[in-house]
Amino acid sequence: MTADLPPTGQTRDPLGLFVELGRDAPIRLDCGIELSPVTVGYQTYGRLNAERSNAILICHALTADQYVADPHPITGKPGWWNDLVGPGRLFDTDRYFLICSNVLGGCMGTTGPKEINPATDKAWGQDFPVITIADMVKVQARLVDHLGIDQLFCVVGGSMGGMQVLEWCTSRPERVFSAIPIATAARHSAQNIAFNEVGRQAVIADPDWRDGRYMDFDTKPRRGLAVARMAAHITYLSEPALHRKFGRNLQGDRDAFAYGFGAEFQVESYLRHQGSTFVDRFDANSYLYITRAMDYFDLAAEHDGQLSNAFKGTKTRFCVVSFSSDWLFPTVESRAVVHALNAVAANVSFVEIQSDKGHDAFLLDEPEFHATLSGFLESAAARRGLPAPKG
Amino acid sequence: MIMSNGSLRVDLRLIADMVETGSRVLDVGCGDGTLLSWLGKHKDVDGRGIELSMAGVSAAVAQGLSVIQGDADTDLKDYPSGAFDTVILSQTLQATYEPKTVLNNMLRIGRRAIVSFPNFGHWRVRMALAMQGRMPVTEALAYEWYDTPNIHFCTIRDFLALCRELGVTVERGIALSRDGGVLTIDGQGRFANLFAEQGLYVLSRR
Repeated sequence: MTADLPPTGQTRDPLGLFVELGRDAPIRLDCGIELSPVTVGYQTYGRLNAERSNAILICHALTADQYVADPHPITGKPGWWNDLVGPGRLFDTDRYFLICSNVLGGCMGTTGPKEINPATDKAWGQDFPVITIADMVKVQARLVDHLGIDQLFCVVGGSMGGMQVLEWCTSRPERVFSAIPIATAARHSAQNIAFNEVGRQAVIADPDWRDGRYMDFDTKPRRGLAVARMAAHITYLSEPALHRKFGRNLQGDRDAFAYGFGAEFQVESYLRHQGSTFVDRFDANSYLYITRAMDYFDLAAEHDGQLSNAFKGTKTRFCVVSFSSDWLFPTVESRAVVHALNAVAANVSFVEIQSDKGHDAFLLDEPEFHATLSGFLESAAARRGLPAPKG
Repeated sequence: MIMSNGSLRVDLRLIADMVETGSRVLDVGCGDGTLLSWLGKHKDVDGRGIELSMAGVSAAVAQGLSVIQGDADTDLKDYPSGAFDTVILSQTLQATYEPKTVLNNMLRIGRRAIVSFPNFGHWRVRMALAMQGRMPVTEALAYEWYDTPNIHFCTIRDFLALCRELGVTVERGIALSRDGGVLTIDGQGRFANLFAEQGLYVLSRR
């Protein structure tokens, strides 16, 4: 079978692929509520081989989506890992079948607070059940079932995507041949919960939020969500990266202060721009639900407080990557995962990439990072019996 | 380091020869993974590595090895007991903060340990200190006192004494020249302490 013949129940759309899952078998969420059906928006690249052994699941971060290597349908910007996906590239579409789906609770086609609640025929809004990272993975697993794949060759993702990778490896270890958790953690830290709470409160404090029913009033909490994004965006960068980019330069290359509260410094107008463009492509309720899912994530807590228990008996090959200037998911978090994997004598590689670009380094051009991923994938492919690259 | 003819550096070759085919090996301070890679190809070894430098780890992972960035002092304690057949520590013991704990951990997680280190009792080192009154800087120990990563130098006698104190069995001792060539003197005898520039020891807890 090849990937360009969509299995039944799947529809093609200019926005990518969509499939309805769980109509007969509801998906039971951690909060106890059952969801049925669940629509999943996703993209695939490359072809599934006859043995169905070359699939790579890419898990996206908090505000990313399934458009890994396609222009974004709203902003028109290139996919968030555009340069890594394609023939002969790191994620070689001549060799691998790549899948990326919009997470549960997202706002790019997968069931979430923006979509219609079949029970009321209105948008879910705050009636949408509170979800967890494990719930997102349950939905991804249904999609992987639907695509007829038993075991994924690799599950890869950064930040919240990395949390999903770890969740896959602990809840469905036999379905993951190799795993690449990047710039992530086995639990969300108090500081990160705090940052998320600042963002949520900014949204909720916006009068246009209207208890999450803003869509009924044909409005959205633009200012609140923009402030949330501005605050979060700072945590994705680093002090040296911000300084290199903007320094204390004034807006419009002026050389004197305006003595007011307009965007005086370049860094301010940059953040304002980040905030306002984000609002155009992201749903405020989704932001609340997804940040909350990250807050709940704590793998050790689900395994008697011992992280290594979560990985006991694992046969998955791991490649853990962190970035030296990442203060949102600092290296110490990755080390905790590596130590837990060592404690169960798992097959693990780990590298801290020297970079001053902060958390966002995993989305940027970091040659050492890409060389590491490529080497790891290559050796995993050889172990899995996948053919070597052409040429 | 792989030589141009595809063979290993002499001292690494010596270590490689001591590793059993098909065994599980942890190489602590594995550099770019040269030894692990050789062991994987020629001895079907299931190898893991620990390396401090990003460049080393990156090069090792890029050639398909399972290597983590870390060091002997902080990363050995996590491994379960008996996880490996052999744990290797080549030319690194003198750079660890707690050599005693490192040795204990190596013999906890491995059935046996292979350790090599520069011998501070070598006559040239003694001469430098005795005649010039200066900290020795030799080709084997090419650092000034203020920039050396080597913080816990020992002589071969010191090392053997520590092994006795820890109740560790020295299964084999080999005296080496600077380039890793095997000397004919007994690696555990008194001449080794004077004439060996490096010592290589196979340890166990039998």
